[in-house]
Amino acid sequence: MGAHTHDHGHHEESFISKYIFSHDHKMISKQFLITAIFMGIVAVMLSIFFRLQLGWPGEKFAILNAFLGDKWAPDGILDKNAYLAMVTIHGTIMVFFVLTGGLSGTFANLLIPLQIGARDMASGFMNMLSYWFFLVSSLIMLASLFVEGGAASGGWTIYPPLSALPQAMPGSGTGMTLWLISMVLFVASSLLGGLNYIVTIINLRTKGMKMTRLPLTVWALLVTAILGVLSFPVLVSAVVLLIMDRTMGTAFYLSDIFIQGEALDVTGGSPILFQHLFWFLGHPEVYIVLLPALGISSEVIATNSRKPIFGYKAMIGSILAIGFLSFIVWGHHMYVTGMNPFIGSVFVFTTLLIAIPSAVKAFNYITTLWQGNIKFTPAMMFSVGLVSTFVTGGLTGIILADSALDVNVHDTYFVVAHFHIVMGMSAIFGMLAGVYHWFPKMYGRMLNSKLGYAHFWLTMVCGFGVFFPMHFVGIAGAPRRYYDYSEFDYLDHVMDLNPMISTFAIIGGAAQLLFIFNFFHSIWYGQKATQNPWKSNTLEWTTPVQHVHGNWPGALPEVHRWAYDYSNPEHEEDFVPQIVPLKQGEHAH
Amino acid sequence: MNLFILLVVVLAIIAIAQLTKVYDLSRTLRNSREEEVSAADNRVNANAWIVWMFVFFGSVIYLYAKYGDYLPESASEHGVAMDKLMSLNIWLITIVFFIVNYLLFTFANKYRFNPNRKAKFFAHDNRLEMLWTLVPGVTMAFIIVYGLITWNNITGPASADAMKIELYSKQFDWTARYPGENKVFGAVDYNLIGTTNALGMVTKEGVAQKLAELDHNIESTEKAIADGVAKGTMPDSYMESLEEQLYKLKRHKQRILDLKENELNGQSQWLAGADDKIVKGEFHIPVGQEVEFVFRSQDVIHSAYMPHFRAQMNTVPGVPTRFKMKPTITTAEMRKKLGNDKFDYVLLCNKVCGAAHFNMKMTVVVDTPEDFNAWLAEQKTFSGEGAKKEEAAPAPASDTTMVAQTKI
Repeated sequence: MGAHTHDHGHHEESFISKYIFSHDHKMISKQFLITAIFMGIVAVMLSIFFRLQLGWPGEKFAILNAFLGDKWAPDGILDKNAYLAMVTIHGTIMVFFVLTGGLSGTFANLLIPLQIGARDMASGFMNMLSYWFFLVSSLIMLASLFVEGGAASGGWTIYPPLSALPQAMPGSGTGMTLWLISMVLFVASSLLGGLNYIVTIINLRTKGMKMTRLPLTVWALLVTAILGVLSFPVLVSAVVLLIMDRTMGTAFYLSDIFIQGEALDVTGGSPILFQHLFWFLGHPEVYIVLLPALGISSEVIATNSRKPIFGYKAMIGSILAIGFLSFIVWGHHMYVTGMNPFIGSVFVFTTLLIAIPSAVKAFNYITTLWQGNIKFTPAMMFSVGLVSTFVTGGLTGIILADSALDVNVHDTYFVVAHFHIVMGMSAIFGMLAGVYHWFPKMYGRMLNSKLGYAHFWLTMVCGFGVFFPMHFVGIAGAPRRYYDYSEFDYLDHVMDLNPMISTFAIIGGAAQLLFIFNFFHSIWYGQKATQNPWKSNTLEWTTPVQHVHGNWPGALPEVHRWAYDYSNPEHEEDFVPQIVPLKQGEHAH
Repeated sequence: MNLFILLVVVLAIIAIAQLTKVYDLSRTLRNSREEEVSAADNRVNANAWIVWMFVFFGSVIYLYAKYGDYLPESASEHGVAMDKLMSLNIWLITIVFFIVNYLLFTFANKYRFNPNRKAKFFAHDNRLEMLWTLVPGVTMAFIIVYGLITWNNITGPASADAMKIELYSKQFDWTARYPGENKVFGAVDYNLIGTTNALGMVTKEGVAQKLAELDHNIESTEKAIADGVAKGTMPDSYMESLEEQLYKLKRHKQRILDLKENELNGQSQWLAGADDKIVKGEFHIPVGQEVEFVFRSQDVIHSAYMPHFRAQMNTVPGVPTRFKMKPTITTAEMRKKLGNDKFDYVLLCNKVCGAAHFNMKMTVVVDTPEDFNAWLAEQKTFSGEGAKKEEAAPAPASDTTMVAQTKI
C-alpha cells in the first residue's frame, strides 16, 4: 500500500532544508517537541509567579520584580491585572501549545509514518507549513506578554463581553487582539497537521498493516486528528465573530451593555452563543489533549509489561466512543449560564456516559499489568503514573458532570483540581513517557534513566501535592481566578493549604530542570542507542538508528501480525516484531 | 536575593552535570546499557510504588479528616438534597479511587521483571470486559437518574407565592432590588443608566433628564466640530473622534426615543418601578420563604455564587437568568451553630470579570419574617419616599390607560 518507489536517499541537503524548512516528518517532530518544551518552560514559570501570590498573598518577592518589572510586580507584589494575565496565558499555552501542538505535533509526526510503514507524511510540504504556523502563532502568543496593557486576561476561555471590550480590563486591548490572531494561526497549523495525519493513516499503510493491526498510538492519533479537524474550525468562527465584535461594531456576543460611563450601541447579541461555539471545540479539545497520551501509554505499558495490551479491540472501541461522545457533551461547561435546564439534563446524560469507555480503558491498563513481567523504564513509570492520574482525576468528573452538584462547585478550585489531574497531569505524563520511550528513535541516543527516575518521582509527588488538596479548597467554596482570598472569612480554614500547594508547585517546577538538562545533554552526550532498545514489536524499531529520508533504506517492511505479540507462548523470545511472518500453524490475533 | 537564587540554580545545574558525567563514566566502565533496566533499579522503583501508595493514601485520608467538613450545613432547602447527593457521590468515587489505585500500585509492585519468568499471554477476555462495561454502566444509570431528579427539583418553576428579588451585577459590585408593594419590577433600560440611576430604571423624569443631557452633549459636540472646522488647523484624528462621538450620542438619543415610543404603546411595566427598593452592601431575605432571584448584568458576565445556600447562577448582560431557593437557617441561628458571632452569608462573584473580581461581594442576611418586614419597611423606594402608604403605588404594567395618561 502506498509504497513510494523512487529513492529518497540521494539528493544532498542544505542546512536550511534539513533543519529549518524541513519536509521530513522526523525533523518536524523534533521541531514541534523543542518548541513545546520552550513554551512549557514559559507556562510553568507563569504558574510559579501566580502561585507565589496565592501562597503568600501580599508578600514581596524580588524574583517577581526581576522578571516582571515595576509595572506588573511593583515592590515584588504581583499586580492584579498581571495576575489574571499570568493565569490566562498559562492556561492557553498549556492547553494549546504544549498539550495540543506539542503532544500531537511531536508524536503524530514521529510515529504515524514510522508505525504504519510509510516513507513520510502524505504531504511533507503541508507538514512543514503546519510547524511554521505553529511557531509563528507561539511567537505571537509570547509577544502578547510584552504589549502595553498586558496579555489577554479573561481566562483561557476568553468569554465575551469581558474579552470583547477593551474598556473592560487592560488585557482586553492589544493583548487580546494578539491572542485571537495567534489562535487563528494555531488552528491553521492544527488543521494542516490533522488533515495530513488522517490522510496518511488511511492511505499510506504498508502491506499487511490492516486497521486492526495498527498500534493503539496510531488509533489514538487518528481519532485525535479527526476531532481536531471537526472542532477547530468552530473555534475559528467563534474567534472571527469576536474579532468583528471588537473591531467592526457588530454585536454577535453583545447586548445591552453599559460600561465605563457609556451605553454601547449593541443589542440583540448573546454572550452565551460564544460559550456554545467555544466549548464545541473546547470539550473535544480535552480529548485532543488526552487521547494521544493514552495511546502512548498503551504502547509503553504493553511493551514494558512484556504482555499484549489487554482488550485491544475494546481499547479501539473506547477511543472511538470517547471521540464520538466528546462532541455532544460541551454543554456541561454551561449548567449555570441560564441555559434551559432540560438541555442541561441531556448533557448530564451524555457526559456521564463517557465514564464507561474511560473505565474500560483504566481496567484494561491494570489488567495488562496483571501477571506481566514489568520493566520500570522511566517511560513506564510515567505511564503507570498516567493511569493513576487518569483514574483519580476522572472520578471527580462524575461530580462535575452532575448538573445538580455542579451548581455549587462550578468554577471553584474543585474544577481546577479535576482538570489539572485528569487532563494536565495525564497528558503531561503521556507526553513525557513518549519522550523517554522514543528519544532513542528521535536522536539515536539514550536518555539518562537515573535522572529520569528522579524526574518522575518528583513530578508525581509534587503534581499530586499541588492538585489533590485543591479539591478541598474548591469544595469549601473557593472560586478560581481570585487574586486573594483574605476577604472571605469562611475560607480561612482551607487557606492554610495554599502555602503548601505553592511550595509543591515550585519544587515540581524546578524538578523539570532535571528533564530539560537530561534532554539537551543526551542529544549530544547520551549513550548511543541500539536499533530496538526496548525490544518492541512496532515498525519504527526496524528503521536504522541513523535517520534516513524515506525511513527504510530498502523496501518498505511487510506486516504479518498485530503489534502486541509480547510473551506469545508459541515463540521463544518475549516479543515478536510485526514484520515476522506467522509460523506454520500459528494463528494471528 | 536574586543573585542568591541564580547562584543556587547555576550550582544545581553544575552539580547535576558533574554527577551525570561521573555516572556516564562508571556506566562505560561497567559496560552497562541504559535501556537494560538493572535489577536494582527495577526493585527500587517497584518498591517505591508501595511506599508511594501509603504516602498517597495516608495524605488523602489526612486531607479528608482535616478538611472534609468543607462547608457548614446547607442554609437552603434544595441544598440539603444536593449535599446528600454529593456525599453519596463522594463516597462512591472515594471507594473506587482507593480500589483502582490499590490494584494499580500493587500490580506494578508484584509483577516486576523476573528474567526466569515469562509474562502471561492474556490478550482479552469477553467476560471480564463485559464486567467492567456493565458495572460502570449500571452505576452511571443510577447516578444519572438520582442526579436528574435533584436537578429537576432545583430548576423547576418557582411557586406562585415566591418572593422575587433582582440581583444586578457590574464591575465590581452587586445591587439588589425588591419589587415593592405592587410585586412588579419597574421597567429598566441600559440606555438610561447614569450616576443617579444605577439600574437604568425607566421613569418619566429619568427619560426626560437623559434626553436633556444627551441634547446638551450633542450641542456641545456640534459646537466643537464647528469650531474645529472654522479653525481649520485641528488634526484629522481629533475631528474624526468628535464626529464619532456625535454619531454615538445621536444613536443613543434615538434608542431612548424608540424606548419612549414603545413604553407609550404600553409594552412594559412603565412606572411600576416607583415603589421598587434598591439596596447595596447587604440584602435581606426572610427564612422559610421561597425566593426567586432574577439576575441581570450591566457590563460583562458575572456569576452570583452563594456557597452557603449551594446556589449559583451566571449573570449575563442582555439575558436575564433565574434561580430559586428557600432559605432555612437565619443568620443568627447559623452564628449560634458555628459559634462565630461574626459569621455572615455572602454573595460573591464567581466568573472572572476584571481586576477586582476577587473582591466583588455582598452580604446576605437571612431574617425571621418579622425582622425582614421591618428591615424592608426601612428601605427607601426608588421614587425617594420611605415605604409610607400615602404615595399610592402606580398602577401595574398591564394598566395601559395609566400609561397613556402619562405625559413625557
